[in-house]
Amino acid sequence: MRTDDLIDALASDAASASGATPRRRLALVGGLGALSALLLVMSWLHLRHDLMQAMSGSMFWMKVGYTGLLGLAGYVAIERLARPAGSGRRGWTLAGALLALCLLAGAIQALTSADPREALTLVRGHSWNVCSRNIMILSLPMLALGLWAVRGMAPTRPVLAGAAVGLFAGGVGATVYCLHCPEHTITFVSLWYSLGVVGAAGLGALVGRWALRW
Amino acid sequence: MTDTETRLKALMLRGLDGDAVAYRECLALLGVRLRAYFARRMSGAPGDVEDLVQETLLAVHLKRSTWDSAQSFTAWAHAVARYKLIDHWRRRKIRQTLPIEDHIEFLAADAPEPGVGLELDRALASLPEKQRTLVSDVKLTGLSLAEAGARAGISEGAAKVALHRALKALAERMRRADG
Repeated sequence: MRTDDLIDALASDAASASGATPRRRLALVGGLGALSALLLVMSWLHLRHDLMQAMSGSMFWMKVGYTGLLGLAGYVAIERLARPAGSGRRGWTLAGALLALCLLAGAIQALTSADPREALTLVRGHSWNVCSRNIMILSLPMLALGLWAVRGMAPTRPVLAGAAVGLFAGGVGATVYCLHCPEHTITFVSLWYSLGVVGAAGLGALVGRWALRW
Repeated sequence: MTDTETRLKALMLRGLDGDAVAYRECLALLGVRLRAYFARRMSGAPGDVEDLVQETLLAVHLKRSTWDSAQSFTAWAHAVARYKLIDHWRRRKIRQTLPIEDHIEFLAADAPEPGVGLELDRALASLPEKQRTLVSDVKLTGLSLAEAGARAGISEGAAKVALHRALKALAERMRRADG
């Protein structure tokens, strides 16, 4: 086929919807992802019993703020990385700063505790062995949906783009997880919440490597 | 050279609004640049140049919503071409590095004569009959989408949908052609 003929066919398709902008599609991914995580929490984990009371305290909002901002950083990164030659630098900088800040605050809380046993309690909380795993599971539907959506865009760095989708999904998943998880120390959040979100990003990078080719 | 960017960008913007004539001109101009770009970098396999031009034009068309119109259109198209070239080398297991060039150079036009793309024909042959006739019959000047649809035995609305689906399928098949 001659290229001119192909161009004719492409031009005849000019009026077809060019598709929603990446921004709109990613916002939809975020909304559906949050919804699926919420359904998972309600059907599988249940809401924390003292949710109303917790919502009047500051720790609940600090957790939500931290994980929500991590998700936002993921969105900012993938909004650029879903386009050719995008680097997502601003998103990565935001995520790095958030992680560093939270880990620092968590370390300070643990190191200034009364004795080593108390520090260990801070680190382990009541659910250290399931927290990161649960967050990753809550993020899975959104990760899959996000990778599929970004595959329809034009990422030129598949590993980084996959990681950004994972960060986006992990942040949203962890935020919804706050509705279930009663842990209330910065040390705990800085370790296990962060690990869950970073795990989701790692999984995204791994899958993105082959799933995000076009 | 920046004139080319201004011109391409204006045509592309009109194309995004559904102006098929402007869009055709934009793709034709871009096709010439792409041919020159690939030919300069693939002296070892001139036969693949036209395949890549066609694959890239398909990608430009199907991925055009990822162009942020606040940014340079040439830079965007160059990044798509660069990705397709690297992907081509990766699939063919060719070890080659591509320096990060300025996209201004991408505008230089010293294009060879257009060749014939074989991969597109191969991909086209694997499409269902109706879609295949549609893609090869539809012309901007000549057979309209409605007429081409009539020849394939479908309404204009159905032809619209079928053409879009066919183009998507072509892009996917070309990409997988050499796996």
